[in-house]
Amino acid sequence: MGIYMKSISKKGSVKSFSTDSVFDIIITIIAIAALLISLYPLYFVLIASISSPEDIALGKVVFLPSNINFSAYKFVLEEGRIWRGYANTILYTLCGTVLGTLVTLMAAFALSRKDLFGRSIIMKLLVFTMFFSGGLIPTYMTISNLGLVNTRWILMIMGSVSVYNMIIARTFFQNTIPEELYEAAELDGCGIAKFFVSIALPLSKAIIAVIALYIGVSHWNSYFNAMIYTTRQDLAPLQLVLRDILILGQSLTNVTDASELEALAERQRIAQIIKYVVIIVSSMPLICIYPFLQKYFVKGVMIGSVKG
Amino acid sequence: MRKLRTKISKNIILYLFLLPMLIYIIIFNYAPLYGLQIAFRNFNASKGILGSEWVGFEHFQRFFSSPLFINLLKNTLTLSIYQLVCTFPIPIILALILNYLPNQKLKKLTQTATYAPYFISVVVLVGMLMVFFDPTTGIGTQILTRLGIENAQVLLKPSAFRHLYVWSGVWQTTGWSSIIYIATLSGVSPELHEAAIVDGANKIQRVIHVDLPVLIPTAIILLILSCGNVMNLGFEKVFLMQTAPNLTTSEVISTYVYKIGLQGQQYSYSSAIGLFNNVINFVILISVNQFAKKASDNSLW
Repeated sequence: MGIYMKSISKKGSVKSFSTDSVFDIIITIIAIAALLISLYPLYFVLIASISSPEDIALGKVVFLPSNINFSAYKFVLEEGRIWRGYANTILYTLCGTVLGTLVTLMAAFALSRKDLFGRSIIMKLLVFTMFFSGGLIPTYMTISNLGLVNTRWILMIMGSVSVYNMIIARTFFQNTIPEELYEAAELDGCGIAKFFVSIALPLSKAIIAVIALYIGVSHWNSYFNAMIYTTRQDLAPLQLVLRDILILGQSLTNVTDASELEALAERQRIAQIIKYVVIIVSSMPLICIYPFLQKYFVKGVMIGSVKG
Repeated sequence: MRKLRTKISKNIILYLFLLPMLIYIIIFNYAPLYGLQIAFRNFNASKGILGSEWVGFEHFQRFFSSPLFINLLKNTLTLSIYQLVCTFPIPIILALILNYLPNQKLKKLTQTATYAPYFISVVVLVGMLMVFFDPTTGIGTQILTRLGIENAQVLLKPSAFRHLYVWSGVWQTTGWSSIIYIATLSGVSPELHEAAIVDGANKIQRVIHVDLPVLIPTAIILLILSCGNVMNLGFEKVFLMQTAPNLTTSEVISTYVYKIGLQGQQYSYSSAIGLFNNVINFVILISVNQFAKKASDNSLW
């Protein structure tokens, strides 16, 4: 890392030195710009969520919130749909991640053992599915024929297992758990299953974390499967509820009593603010957690890049 | 003999390990592939797949001669290639910049900041686009108006759709995509840089002669993979961004397949279009891979 900071400093050749420092200044400016561009939209949503709609429309809300009030938060936090969506998403993500990680790692381990019969044929059959798929309609028909439409099962299972993730894990096992390790364990009378559970897995904490992360994030942020395979409102994950509110512009349901006309009018006025609040409330978990998970997904990318 | 027996029992257990994934792949990938044959039939639910009449390439011919075909293809390809051209080089540039940053704290901070947009869901991203560019209250609309752009109702304009789509994608994925390049660059042996410095190279020259050559293999692989996805234009983001007025540029093959398939219930026709899409994708992937093999030593296989 220090090597990148080194510039030529021999014989005081002033020309070369200033090229490097101009370079330094320019890239520092670009980096700061990248930082601000990445964060400002999110920051804006945050300050807008506690500002008044009139001030936003007037362009007064740029770096600081204006006319701070939390009434939109009150509306959103009372909206049952959002909490049901959250509960559903947590359920689907948890189940999908546990299931997917287990299935993926077991398969990856099996395929990483060189003396598995038919190993290359199976790999080819699996990789083939990465390039060819039945498409929307045939897949829907299959799911429908299995009676999985409008169930929680389909949302927990579908998307939990991917060949891509399996290949990453397989590469890891191939590099980290060599045959010799098993042969040594075998001499002590350890079967392959026991080997997997008591030796291979404890050594693989990094890849377990990476795979779980990839599957978890994918489940948390998905709406497509829910939109296609479910119509029941109570099954909707958070992202589908968000789609209703943010994209389709459906208003919140918690004010339906005609006598609460005043509350209704207030909600109309802050309709846009409600959207900002919904964005904050739904994205906060991942945004707050991801910096701590940084080292895991960086590692995942690196393992994945060692071509399997 | 005993070794063979233990090998077999080991294999049996390993196959048990493999079984759940195989079941999953059979259900979610191979069963639909079997059902894909309805692209060559007139699927009738009461007759079942095999009982439905075989019509060969009739659906494909219908699609190619449809007035919508050219526009769908054009929209899909334009959006995809535009996205590819923008999202390919920028992460590389970012990685190079981050690597040479004198201030380590800034480097870490910028890295972490650029990953943030990746963790926003596509629904939230499009939701942000919609509030930012709301015709009356959006901050984005206000900025555009102040910059002198008249009629800044970008959410409805067909001409604005592609730019919104691609550049919001750049914002969201640049940081994440740069990870692999940053990792590659930090694997460069310091001796190479030492040698370059001793030879009088300034930083720009070091980028060109030391860093870029190291990145090229990875970049090519990723480029091949992206090219292979050119026709795979994701349904999710486009679908959310569609409004009635911008459909002339925002209707792509995947959204069309959804609309006529699940909503219009033309199962066979929709499957045929999907298959067409898939095959073209595959052909592009193979061609780009072959080209990369000839042009450099790097290829996917």
